[in-house]
Amino acid sequence: MTPFAHLLETLAFTPGRNAKLAHLQHFFAQTPDPDRGWALAALAGTLDLPHVTSSVIRALVEERVDPVLFRLSYDYVGDLAETVALLWPGKGNGTPPTLDEVVGSLRMAGRTDRAAVLAQLLERLDGSGRYALIKLCTGGMRVGVSTRLVQTALAGPDHPLEDITEMWFGLEPPYLPLFAWLDGGARPDLDLSLAFRPVMLATPLDEARLADMVPAQFVAEWKWDGIRVQAVATPEGRRLYTRTGEDISAAFPDVIDRMDWHACLDGELLVRAGADVAPFADLQKRLNRKRVTAKMMAERPAMIRVYDILEEDGEDLRPLPLETRQARLAAWVGRVRPGGVDLSAPIAFDDWAELSALRAGARDDALEGLMLKRRDAPYVAGRPVGPWFKWKRDPLEADCVLMYAQRGHGKRSSYYSDYTFGAWVDGPEGRRLLPVGKAYSGFTDEELVRLDKWVRANFTERFGPVRGVRPGLVLEVVFDAVQASPRHKSGLAMRFPRIRRIRWDKPIEEAATVADIRALI
Amino acid sequence: MRDQGLYCPQGGFFIDPVVPVERAVITHAHGDHCRPGHRAILATPETGLIAQARYGAEAFGRVEGLPYGMAQAVGGVTVRFAPAGHVLGSAQVVIERAGVRAVVSGDYTRGVNPTCTPFELVPCDLFVTEATFGLPVFDHPSLEGEIAKLLASVAAFPERCHVVGVYALGKAQRILAGLRAAGYDRTVFIHGALERLCDLYEELGVPLGPRAPATTARKDFAGEIVLAPPGALQDRWSRRLGDVLPVGASGWMQVRARARQRRVELPLIISDHCDWEGLTRTITETGARTVWVTHGAEEALCHWCATQGIDAAPLALAGRGEDGDGD
Ligand SMILES: [Zn+2]
Ligand SMILES: [Zn+2]
Repeated sequence: MTPFAHLLETLAFTPGRNAKLAHLQHFFAQTPDPDRGWALAALAGTLDLPHVTSSVIRALVEERVDPVLFRLSYDYVGDLAETVALLWPGKGNGTPPTLDEVVGSLRMAGRTDRAAVLAQLLERLDGSGRYALIKLCTGGMRVGVSTRLVQTALAGPDHPLEDITEMWFGLEPPYLPLFAWLDGGARPDLDLSLAFRPVMLATPLDEARLADMVPAQFVAEWKWDGIRVQAVATPEGRRLYTRTGEDISAAFPDVIDRMDWHACLDGELLVRAGADVAPFADLQKRLNRKRVTAKMMAERPAMIRVYDILEEDGEDLRPLPLETRQARLAAWVGRVRPGGVDLSAPIAFDDWAELSALRAGARDDALEGLMLKRRDAPYVAGRPVGPWFKWKRDPLEADCVLMYAQRGHGKRSSYYSDYTFGAWVDGPEGRRLLPVGKAYSGFTDEELVRLDKWVRANFTERFGPVRGVRPGLVLEVVFDAVQASPRHKSGLAMRFPRIRRIRWDKPIEEAATVADIRALI
Repeated sequence: MRDQGLYCPQGGFFIDPVVPVERAVITHAHGDHCRPGHRAILATPETGLIAQARYGAEAFGRVEGLPYGMAQAVGGVTVRFAPAGHVLGSAQVVIERAGVRAVVSGDYTRGVNPTCTPFELVPCDLFVTEATFGLPVFDHPSLEGEIAKLLASVAAFPERCHVVGVYALGKAQRILAGLRAAGYDRTVFIHGALERLCDLYEELGVPLGPRAPATTARKDFAGEIVLAPPGALQDRWSRRLGDVLPVGASGWMQVRARARQRRVELPLIISDHCDWEGLTRTITETGARTVWVTHGAEEALCHWCATQGIDAAPLALAGRGEDGDGD
């Protein structure tokens, strides 16, 4: 338990991704089985422990600490686990339990003696161990580590990340066969029929390359503005995964319920509003919900627009050329008539000019652009350059005025690198600026130094960590889309805004108005 | 109590007043206890020298030095100083009249502080204690252990420059002394704002080992330890140092949210104040039947006193907050 507690502490204070990876790798190399496997599960969110409510923990500490002092301390610290960890009397008596012992005894404890078991474990731990234990029981580790990041920490030249993500769903904590393989042993023998298949990704198209590309070798499809999903159904069960392998089945029962077939499909998850595809924000809302209500499903039903098939009735189709897979997919859809699934039809075209015109004319919000895929390419994991290209619509742009700046994180913590920018509105007291978006990227390091200097020279007020600046600098902002949003004062929300150019030269009076930007919706 | 601060009517003096007064007794030279402009101050000789180094020789009308343990009559009372263990020269003020003894602690710690005389317990009837860390969540670990954490991090990340955020008076010197006690004999680089007081500590007989300004043209600070005021740590000043690993060194580092708010990557719990155990033990050991609590979390400590049958009241002193420079 002690090494795991130290790991959590270190991760909580390490902002950089690479430094986090280094700490994780060190931990997995130094910690024996099965503790490292339980730790892996805790970090990846796959550790299933009986939940202990905060009122149980509160009751435990109030038996040991003056309730007034507890209340004052909790008010000050603000986090129950931390308050209890710090207040619990003693510095750990006897040998601290291993993580394995903690997991074992909590799982064995019945509902009635769970609190007593927890108290005995807390007795044997020091402050950081107690904190880790309480976080394990109450959930909410919050150390900024995703499943993907822990998996990356496990991967190496002989154990590619794709293999680990592929076998992940066939493995269970404490992952002994996985670690045996990572240590040089045999590859785990798993039933992967329901597992996530690492996806094939596209690279952005460099338009200059089109001249060398033969149109007849490519299939063109619309790129839908939803989220990429993989839908797997076998006699063993049904799963809906995001493209990083996250299981989102629980949020989309309307899709899962209708997956009464046996295949693995690749497509775009969309929600409908009547006959149309609803804006991305609606999908986002459903994605964020742990539990979905019948009302939401009725108002915003989800569906999958499929473009590839990786497996059909147990047959792996990935080695086949795209052309063959798509023919199999079309035939399969025609035969099975799957509910909540439709086909993303290929676009017929003769040359690049024709396709380019189609792309420019696409006004539908649900379209992000085009995909170009080699007809002869098999389905391979990762982002190979050549077989798949994304050809996004040109981004929208607007000249906005810098309004607020905030310092960044990690290496950027001494720089004002997060910028809020606004556009003009006319009011009774004349023109004023309303914030329309926030951007952290799109500038070079040299530009960042200059921007930081400008912020410091022009700062007017302070709102906590945020600095207000005198309106005086125009930023050329590009974004993929803009939507109406009642949550923002301007009534607008930009998607993926980033800074394309800093217009040191441009007078702020010439920046966009909120109405100009609203016209882009 | 008066608006200017804690007042002793029989002696006709204030203790650590926040505005200029005729006659002030000063516990130590931190900014929240020692302000410039008093007509006359009475302090330990070290505190007098440090105060003049910080505010200039003209900051006070008259500076009177009274070494630890020497008694002096002031008005109708006798005053002496007892070591507080907080920073060099820091003292508790012991006031006696007609067999009744009051002790005003100023800031104090019972923890190891190699840069000054350790805290001396003075039994008394009235004890005025600080409560900067007056909550039972504060349990400050040993200086030695925290310094070991810093050195372990320097060894683990030799490509980074460890910059420790420290206040100019007390914390900087305590960390230097702690590093030396741990056998670290390399040059420690310090921000210009820390130089004068480090030099003064050495003149007063506290060795701090090899130091150099962190502002020279030296290009590569990888693997080095730099001390700088907390403000400079997160600001442009630290950019010249390359890949900085920000280190916090204060009692507040015990609470994660606080440490994260200060954006440190390595929090060290090094406090020049008492933790909860130190405060409650000291109150018990003084035998005081009346306790006044200042400076921080008064409510919890007053509550604890009540459970022990000790009369306690909070003293709300103006101008004291957790941003005082001595945490
Ligand atoms: Zn103070
Ligand atoms: Zn102080």
